[in-house]
Amino acid sequence: MKRYSNEHEWAILDGEVASIGLSAYAVDQLGDITFVELPEIGTTGSKDDSIAFIESVKAASDIYTPLSGEVVEVNEDLEDTPELLNEAAETTWIFKLKVSNASEFETLMDEASYKAYIETL
Amino acid sequence: MSELRRTALFEQHEKLGAKNIGFCGWEMPVQYEGILKEHEACRNGVALFDTSHMGEFFFEGDLLSSGVNEATTVDVLALPIGKCKYGFLLNENGGVIDDLIIYKADKDRLMFVVNASRIDIDFKTIDERLHSGSFTDASDQTSKLDIQGPKAKEILQEFVPFDLDELGFFSFKESEIMNSFALISRTGYTGELGYEVYVDNKTAPLLWEKLIERGAVPAGLGARDVLRLEMGYSLYGQELDKNTTPIEAGVGFFVKYDKDFAGKAALLKQKEQGAPRKSIAFKTNSKRAPRHDMEIWQNNQKIGVVTSGTFSPCLKSGIGIGSVDSKLFDKELPLEINTGRNMQAISLEKLPFYKK
Repeated sequence: MKRYSNEHEWAILDGEVASIGLSAYAVDQLGDITFVELPEIGTTGSKDDSIAFIESVKAASDIYTPLSGEVVEVNEDLEDTPELLNEAAETTWIFKLKVSNASEFETLMDEASYKAYIETL
Repeated sequence: MSELRRTALFEQHEKLGAKNIGFCGWEMPVQYEGILKEHEACRNGVALFDTSHMGEFFFEGDLLSSGVNEATTVDVLALPIGKCKYGFLLNENGGVIDDLIIYKADKDRLMFVVNASRIDIDFKTIDERLHSGSFTDASDQTSKLDIQGPKAKEILQEFVPFDLDELGFFSFKESEIMNSFALISRTGYTGELGYEVYVDNKTAPLLWEKLIERGAVPAGLGARDVLRLEMGYSLYGQELDKNTTPIEAGVGFFVKYDKDFAGKAALLKQKEQGAPRKSIAFKTNSKRAPRHDMEIWQNNQKIGVVTSGTFSPCLKSGIGIGSVDSKLFDKELPLEINTGRNMQAISLEKLPFYKK
């Protein structure tokens, strides 16, 4: 099950590890992605902390972790091929978190709610 | 906030799925399929830009006695008929009211092409500097299409009744396209071979569609900004503004002093005494792009700001132009920008960033 934050990150929770990515909507708004600053493994963040950063040709944006936890893995492919996000934002995870409070996942939007949410933007 | 204005090509942009932004009061396409693809088309194929938001003024009268030759830095008396020239409309302090191109259509006839955001102030300023002649603003009736890239000539040629090889750089011809009056000039803002085509608002959509049918790739303001920055060209509102002289912006070499013009005394004084600020060009040597308004640091102090920045697809690096304090800046010492997340080292570069 996939859920979304207001800041356009998605999360898929598998046991106590969540994969985090950016929604296709957010990537489309940014345009051609040129750079992703990945968090360091071991970084801890609370829900909605900025822990990564993304740039496109003409824009830049923070990536906020939608869940609290510790970064246990980062998608190193994005260092050389950040355009993977343009090709497949919804299936390209950026980092994985060992979550510290799994109940936060339930506070995120499901796909239908997120779809309704971006309609309002 | 008043409603955004639209060019005669707005429907065409919608059909192409353009992503629009508000730009200087206009709703303009920032991109169609993507900035990188559009940039690539311009560098290696052919790209088509709608720049109809820009302003066009016409002057008719005596170039010697009307005051028109002193209104801007461009020497219209020395300019040959059929040629155009880049220059500045300055205030008395030497600050840039606008940068512009003046076309000499005849011994007593000129066209001024100015930035969209500056149309009103430019028209008023020039008009006040004229003692005679007729001066009109044709911006609302005029569309402008820029076709740029190594294949621009072969695509445009079919629609133009004269041989485009006749046009040298910064030359133009008044002619016809699709039975309507058109001015075609070999100019652009990309560093590529290309043409700027001025036509009426009725002809523009037809010509736009035909050029795209023939293979021109529609390109938005996003790609245009990257292309101009790779060449190191200034943009009004970023490198240039009313508190910055051409000397401070690093474009003083466009100004010749053999005739009078508003702002000349201030520029001469600055040449003699030195300008308080100077322009630098730099690379980040990483994929991180500098952005407008980031601080430039040296010797543990802020010495200036980034005026323009982008990721350059040609250099595969962030590139930028900045304005720094002339006294504090030392070209031999390390420089950094404050990205808001960290301090990033930058290295000085000579313009243009993109060399063929």
